[in-house]
Amino acid sequence: MREDRDIMLKRIRTALHGPPGAPAQVAPSIARAYQVSTPTPAAVLLHQFVERVAEYKAEVQTIAENALPTAIAAALAARKALRLAVPADLPNDWLPPAVTALRDQGQLTYQDLDGCDGVLTGCALGIAQTGTIILDHGPRQGRRALSLLPDYHLCVVWQSQIVGIVPEAIAQLATATTRPLTFISGPSATSDIELNRVEGVHGPRTLHVLVVTA
Amino acid sequence: MKPQSVLIELQPKFERNAPAALANTQLRRNMGKATQTIRAKRAAVVDEMPDWEQLRTAGRQIKEHTLYHLDTYLLQLEAAVQRAGGHVHWAADAAAANAIVTGLVQAHGAREVIKVKSLTTDEIKLNAALAEAGISAIETDLAELIIQLAGEHSSHILVPAIHKNRAEIRELFMRTLGIAEISDEPTALAAAARSYLRAKFLSVPVAISGGNFAVAATGAICVVESEGNGRMCLTLPEVLISVVGIEKLVPTWQDLEVFLQLLPRSSTGERMNPYTSIWTGVTPGDGPQAFHLVLLDNGRTNVLADEIGRQTLHCIRCSACLNICPVYERTGGHAYGSVYPGPIGAILTPQLVGVEHARSLPYASSLCGACYDVCPVQINIPEVLIHMRGEVVRQHQDTGGLAAALEPEALAMQLLSQVFGSQATYEMAQRLAQLGQGPLVRDGTISWLPGLLGGWTAMRDLSAVPQQTFRQWWRERDA
Ligand code: SF4
Repeated sequence: MREDRDIMLKRIRTALHGPPGAPAQVAPSIARAYQVSTPTPAAVLLHQFVERVAEYKAEVQTIAENALPTAIAAALAARKALRLAVPADLPNDWLPPAVTALRDQGQLTYQDLDGCDGVLTGCALGIAQTGTIILDHGPRQGRRALSLLPDYHLCVVWQSQIVGIVPEAIAQLATATTRPLTFISGPSATSDIELNRVEGVHGPRTLHVLVVTA
Repeated sequence: MKPQSVLIELQPKFERNAPAALANTQLRRNMGKATQTIRAKRAAVVDEMPDWEQLRTAGRQIKEHTLYHLDTYLLQLEAAVQRAGGHVHWAADAAAANAIVTGLVQAHGAREVIKVKSLTTDEIKLNAALAEAGISAIETDLAELIIQLAGEHSSHILVPAIHKNRAEIRELFMRTLGIAEISDEPTALAAAARSYLRAKFLSVPVAISGGNFAVAATGAICVVESEGNGRMCLTLPEVLISVVGIEKLVPTWQDLEVFLQLLPRSSTGERMNPYTSIWTGVTPGDGPQAFHLVLLDNGRTNVLADEIGRQTLHCIRCSACLNICPVYERTGGHAYGSVYPGPIGAILTPQLVGVEHARSLPYASSLCGACYDVCPVQINIPEVLIHMRGEVVRQHQDTGGLAAALEPEALAMQLLSQVFGSQATYEMAQRLAQLGQGPLVRDGTISWLPGLLGGWTAMRDLSAVPQQTFRQWWRERDA
């Protein structure tokens, strides 16, 4: 409400600066003495990423680029996923002939997505230290609902997309801050019942990650 | 400055609630297991960070800096959200916030809303306000759902149903969700909640959330969660309303790199929580096409006005201070009578509602300092507690004239803070009390103590020290 805005701004200014004529305080400065990058070699990052994604009880495999279609086909077959939601721009050769791919141009309803056996996407970035996958819902990722409603998420990560630590990821995303972003660290989980971790509540209950090496 | 109308309808009476909580052994068992588990996990993931102390310092400094320029950054945030197609509303108190949200829901013709767990909306009692307008609010966080179905209040910031065990939850689901038979396996219970809520996610047109961080420069809002109910609420409905306290601001995008490291490790003891969603205004073709941000004061500017108390607003609600607190571990969250329990609640609630309404809360602590050590944004909770105890006593003196200045409670409290000042002294005092209290205890309550402490019990009953303290019990259990 308009008058609440004025009231709040006035209260804040009074709270901070006291009555007129009160001595001015020094504005607090921010020293960023924490790590903003890591010198860790790419091979170590790859290893750490794979290990930490696996610790979240996600399935994860490392493969060479020419093995990608085979690995996708094998993963989908093992899961018996026949109806697959995919972003509109997903490369054709990622898709095995056995599956029915629903390409999302924005026309698929939530019910359509809910009725799929799984979803196949790429990603924007990976963070090795935390085992996190970041979607900026750009190329090969589709809109947010696409990777949320199906119960199985198969996600392809390129080794070159993996950064070391959180600040490196935040820095890379700085040019795209108005896009929606989703950070994914393992399948959805809850520890609400006696602190027992249960993998899979509302998001995809199974997360399967294929890491393509350089 | 007097506190504005505050709808945390409470007169927290810690001294009255705590004895009952202590006597409840089921609660004590659940709490003990829970806090111990989280503590160990947190310690492991904090220890592996080489720059943890530097991150904590940066976290505190960012918050100090933000508060110092709060008016400027709020205006920046407002402009950025509007630029991105969102609407911004300002709410000076709970009533204003509830009126805004209710009005928005009604304008969209919705009778039902889905909610992401949010302490801020608990604080303003939004669900009750919506119910009065004939709108039902469905909590979608598993623990919140359990609490809502049971008609209870949360006992922990992060795991609100920490006081309930699996058998109790199974019984509750069968009774309220119309499920005929279900096992008490956590996996089965989670699946039951999934199918009940999936239908709601796909059909309810309005969602209400809080927000963990709001970036002034870009207008981005960030929600950190585990279950995916947050993603559902933030993505599927047509309309999204986020109620955010004015202290949730950070100035720049880069600042997220600090808090997205501090929060999950301090909170659930994970390197990263399963899901973090960040959005800015409205994105065409993706997610809600109407976004409303409600900026809430509701007493926060009172806290800001107190130079020592101000640091309370740094809090990122991680709950590490609850899990480490020896008092919380034994009493659980309900004893604090507030939506904000534990050490953070002991300093935040009295400042939001005014110390005169929550006099006992600043004493619900042994001042051992463990909360300060774990706090990811370096809030000096003991310092604020002592400062507020001074406030309580000063108020007594102001209202009570000369006699009150020499009041036994004021003197006894000073003595007690010394005894509680170190863990060793505290445990020693407890042991002495166990040995010596026999003749003084009637009905489990100590109503008279000799010597210096006598002044204190003249004012109020002291809960008898249990024959075995929690700490002793825990050590023997492990041995
Ligand atoms: S006071 Fe500190 S430790 Fe406690 S909940 Fe807030 S941020 Fe966490």
